[in-house]
Amino acid sequence: MAPEEIREVIIEILGDIAPDEDLGSLDDAVAFREQLELDSMDFLDIVMELRKRYRVQIPEDEYVQLASMRSTVSYLTPKMSEVAK
Amino acid sequence: MTEAYDTLIIGAGMSGLAAGIRLAYYDQSVAILERHKTIGGLNSFYRAGGRDYDVGLHAVTNFTPKGAKKGPLSRLLRQLRFQWEDFALAPQQQSRIAFPGVDLAFSNDIRLLESEIARCFPHQVAAFANLRSQVLEYDDLDQAAFDISTRKVLGQIFSDPLLIEMLLCPLMWYGNARVHDMDWGQFCIMFRSIFLEGFARPIRGVRLILKHLVKKFRSLGGQLLLRHGVKEIVSEQGRAVGVILDDGREIQAKRILSSAGWVETQRMMGQTDEVVDEETGQLTFIETITTLNCQPAKLGLSDTIVFYNDSDRFDWRPPHHDLCDLRTGVVCSPNNYQYDDHEQLSDGIIRITSIANFDRWSSLSEADYRREKMVWYDRSSDSAVRFVPEFRHHAIDTDMFTPKTIRRFTWHDNGAVYGAPKKRLDGRTQLENVFICGTDQGFVGIIGAIISGISIANQYCLK
Repeated sequence: MAPEEIREVIIEILGDIAPDEDLGSLDDAVAFREQLELDSMDFLDIVMELRKRYRVQIPEDEYVQLASMRSTVSYLTPKMSEVAK
Repeated sequence: MTEAYDTLIIGAGMSGLAAGIRLAYYDQSVAILERHKTIGGLNSFYRAGGRDYDVGLHAVTNFTPKGAKKGPLSRLLRQLRFQWEDFALAPQQQSRIAFPGVDLAFSNDIRLLESEIARCFPHQVAAFANLRSQVLEYDDLDQAAFDISTRKVLGQIFSDPLLIEMLLCPLMWYGNARVHDMDWGQFCIMFRSIFLEGFARPIRGVRLILKHLVKKFRSLGGQLLLRHGVKEIVSEQGRAVGVILDDGREIQAKRILSSAGWVETQRMMGQTDEVVDEETGQLTFIETITTLNCQPAKLGLSDTIVFYNDSDRFDWRPPHHDLCDLRTGVVCSPNNYQYDDHEQLSDGIIRITSIANFDRWSSLSEADYRREKMVWYDRSSDSAVRFVPEFRHHAIDTDMFTPKTIRRFTWHDNGAVYGAPKKRLDGRTQLENVFICGTDQGFVGIIGAIISGISIANQYCLK
């Protein structure tokens, strides 16, 4: 999966986790927490959804990599290069 | 032993069902074991004489309107993948704290309570603002701050002791397992959930919420096993390996999540009562339910909930010398919510709750038990009509539950509605793969129990 596709996947997951959020104006460089009402439970769900949908394993001490869209995509790019969309 | 589940959950109440949904959604094999023939635990329902009754729920607390992104209600809807509309919550009209000569009205808008305090306690306005900001600063997960004495904190903030008693009354009634005093953490949680968020109810009552939880759990592949009481948790070298049911059958599991209560779970793990040596909850209630041939508003009762107390001191403890203590009580009318399109329940309903003594109720002979129920129906109604209009001449049906009823259907020690006084915020037990959720973990009420199930499942069964 290419970085742009990974971004789409994350947007899709965020849309399911937080249906009331406006994701159209998301700034990729800024932390999710500063733009969206996400708490630690929601961050766990991003991890769990990636595992459920694409069998991607993320160790707990690497959850911090999911702070913003940009850091998430660059963290996931090597992990998901072999994963089909 | 046959198949092994990823997680076994003990108890099909709000917390067990919520935990089950989380685990089944993320592809675990999970079964919920419930001893009773139906679901709900402390928040259940029944049908008698052609009428539907709720047990437990007067109001769902923590109400926030559709679109709110903060607060426990929106968090649990997101976590369980429900729509706001699924719970069909209609907000309350208005409630009241009634003490001799002073009434404080409150609603889901904190400004009403603020203006009532300004009217009745003009010198305490700044103190109340101070309390409100301290409540907002409180960190939910701090065990040290959780245990502080609320009476001590309030004594430092307010100079008028009557206002302290009046604020404690509804918050203790809706979730305090401790006698006389309250944990500061519990107070903050209750203050936010009742005064800053608010009361609501689905017109169909608690069964609507339970129905959605069960439907979702089953659709995700979870197994709900009713009439499956757990007698024992089997362990080997500090780890649980499964359970033995009341009928002797065994089920294996990689981990166990129990909503049965702390002491009750300890007993399943083989601890005798002497070893457990833990204070069990004492606060239990009787509740009378009266069906009327008219709406309560016609009789002049349009409050959603009235918390009354007949002296300047609010004494939150089980009675020692009698079956009940009628000096304080709660009157709730499920008709008095702002239902959509002016829908309304066809009958008028008035529920009155009073504090009771478990041992005295449960040691009565069958004949005495039936007689005492009638006696205390009358007495608790007599007590309540000092604070709400007389309603009994419109009664067409009555029912009642006692501490004995609560014990019989929930297996919670002493019929203790809010569980043990000491909460286990981290949910851990002496076995590394057995955890507790629900009432004894720390969150009470419907929303609290659901959040408890979700957070313990997230923390120990998913990560």
